Amino acid sequence: MHITKDLVAASATPLVLGILAEGDSYGYAILKQVNDLSGGQLEWTDGLLYPLLHRLERLGHVESAWETPPGGRRRKYYRITDQGRAELVEQRRQWAAVVDALRGVWSTTQSIRPITSPAFGAGL
Amino acid sequence: MTVDNDLEGQIAEWRAYIHRRRELHHTDAEELEDHLRSRITELTEAGLRADESFLIAVKRMGSLDELSREFAREHSERLWKQLVLPAEPDAPTAARSRRELPVMVLCAAVAALAIKVPSWFGLGLEDDGSFYARNFSLFALPALAAYFAWRRRVGPRVIGALAVLFVLGAVAANAYPLADDSQTMVLTAIHLPIALWLVVGVAYTGGDWRSDQRRMDFIRFTGEWLIYFVLIGLGGGVLTGITVNAFAAIGLNVEGFIQSWLVPCGAMAAVIVSAWLVEAKQSVIENMAPVLTRVFTPLFTATLLAFLVAVIWTTSGIDVERDALILFDLLLVIVLGMLLYAISARDLTARPGLFDRLQLALIVSALIIDILVLVAITGRISEWGFSPNKTAALGENLILLTNLAWSAWLYLGFIRGRMPFARLERWQTRYVIVYAGWAWAVVLAFPPLFDFV
Repeated sequence: MHITKDLVAASATPLVLGILAEGDSYGYAILKQVNDLSGGQLEWTDGLLYPLLHRLERLGHVESAWETPPGGRRRKYYRITDQGRAELVEQRRQWAAVVDALRGVWSTTQSIRPITSPAFGAGL
Repeated sequence: MTVDNDLEGQIAEWRAYIHRRRELHHTDAEELEDHLRSRITELTEAGLRADESFLIAVKRMGSLDELSREFAREHSERLWKQLVLPAEPDAPTAARSRRELPVMVLCAAVAALAIKVPSWFGLGLEDDGSFYARNFSLFALPALAAYFAWRRRVGPRVIGALAVLFVLGAVAANAYPLADDSQTMVLTAIHLPIALWLVVGVAYTGGDWRSDQRRMDFIRFTGEWLIYFVLIGLGGGVLTGITVNAFAAIGLNVEGFIQSWLVPCGAMAAVIVSAWLVEAKQSVIENMAPVLTRVFTPLFTATLLAFLVAVIWTTSGIDVERDALILFDLLLVIVLGMLLYAISARDLTARPGLFDRLQLALIVSALIIDILVLVAITGRISEWGFSPNKTAALGENLILLTNLAWSAWLYLGFIRGRMPFARLERWQTRYVIVYAGWAWAVVLAFPPLFDFV
């Protein structure tokens, strides 16, 4: 299944903030987690995660620091801020509203599936 | 092992590719490289070969165009290069660039204070104008040379040579009994700064002043430095105006402070600050002098050609006033400057183009005009006699004429595809020594030659 670009873009911010709310992380690990969470359905272009992270940093939702684990590579870690958590709550509320609305639509469409086009206008 | 080497080579190539995008900073490249390596490790662990993993990892990273577009959207400020200092310098140079700013401030402070030292010995800026006119280059330029000596870590021999030259300049400016209104005094005031500026050039090149490339760097530096200096001067003018008027509004007259402190000390400090800005920004900002050259070369060419046509049309000889030589010296200096900065920014391997023909037309028309002037003037030079001013003006004219004539010849050879452009560049960088020799000759030999008139 292919998820459209717009949908990927819209869900990117809450996904990243949600993953960071669990604990500090870095780009590659965030991407892996998105992949696991969506069961491989959400396909991101790897590189585009970074401009997003930088945007969140500029907005103050996350902060970053370079860290070098012993014997490892220098790596940039991201941490969610309080403002980022507040943003996550807000995003979650908005997504819940969208999901509720969609759920309503799915159940209606399922119940009216047998009826064909003439009744479409009556449904509204 | 070779597989690893291959992979490292491929990653290095990819990194070089990333570094070419100015939307992507060094740290971004590092972050992306970390990602790339993580991906490659994962893929090789899953059983792929190193080069296969590399290809997939690069592919998944996304196209570089798309990537830099996204980065540019997020960091639009990066398209405006405005760094004063690199924000995160590399570790080995970090300690030195941290000291860079204090050293610059120290040198600027020394230059600013140096101009106040004579006033502690009773030489006021207003009463002893000729003393300051002769010596003004001796206040800031030693500090500037010291700054470059520190930056380039020059050896003791070069430092010794620099010190000797500055002392020589100071002696020449002050030991000769030059009357306040004598011509030789004015000549010293004009030529000593040129001589000492070229001494600064020795410090700028780190003692490697014989190298053509280092000389060209110094020529580039001079152009950029001048532009920064003028810009800082404009800013200083605004600052002065605001200061005077703001204090006047509350009934305080600060003009004395402005004249004896702000303007002289500010000008001296600006010499150092401009140099520091050029150094800090040389790789960051587009060089301005070549841009101005590109704009003005066609305009000057058109003006000179129009002037030549007018001379022929009206068949009137050039009216050789006493100051005409100086005016045409200046014209030659400007033409030479445009030639130098056109050379300085040129890709040496590029083929001759329209701009080169324009440049040649500019040089040739300036030469023809200058020869007309010289022909008109030779008849009258005996009538005026060889005063110091006239001798200096004539000497400079001949020096510039020689340079431009040979440049035109080399340029013609280049346009006709017979000579490499590098020869023209080498001619210009070699010729710098003639300017230095002439400037020192005027400073050292002219006053005794002309009995300090």
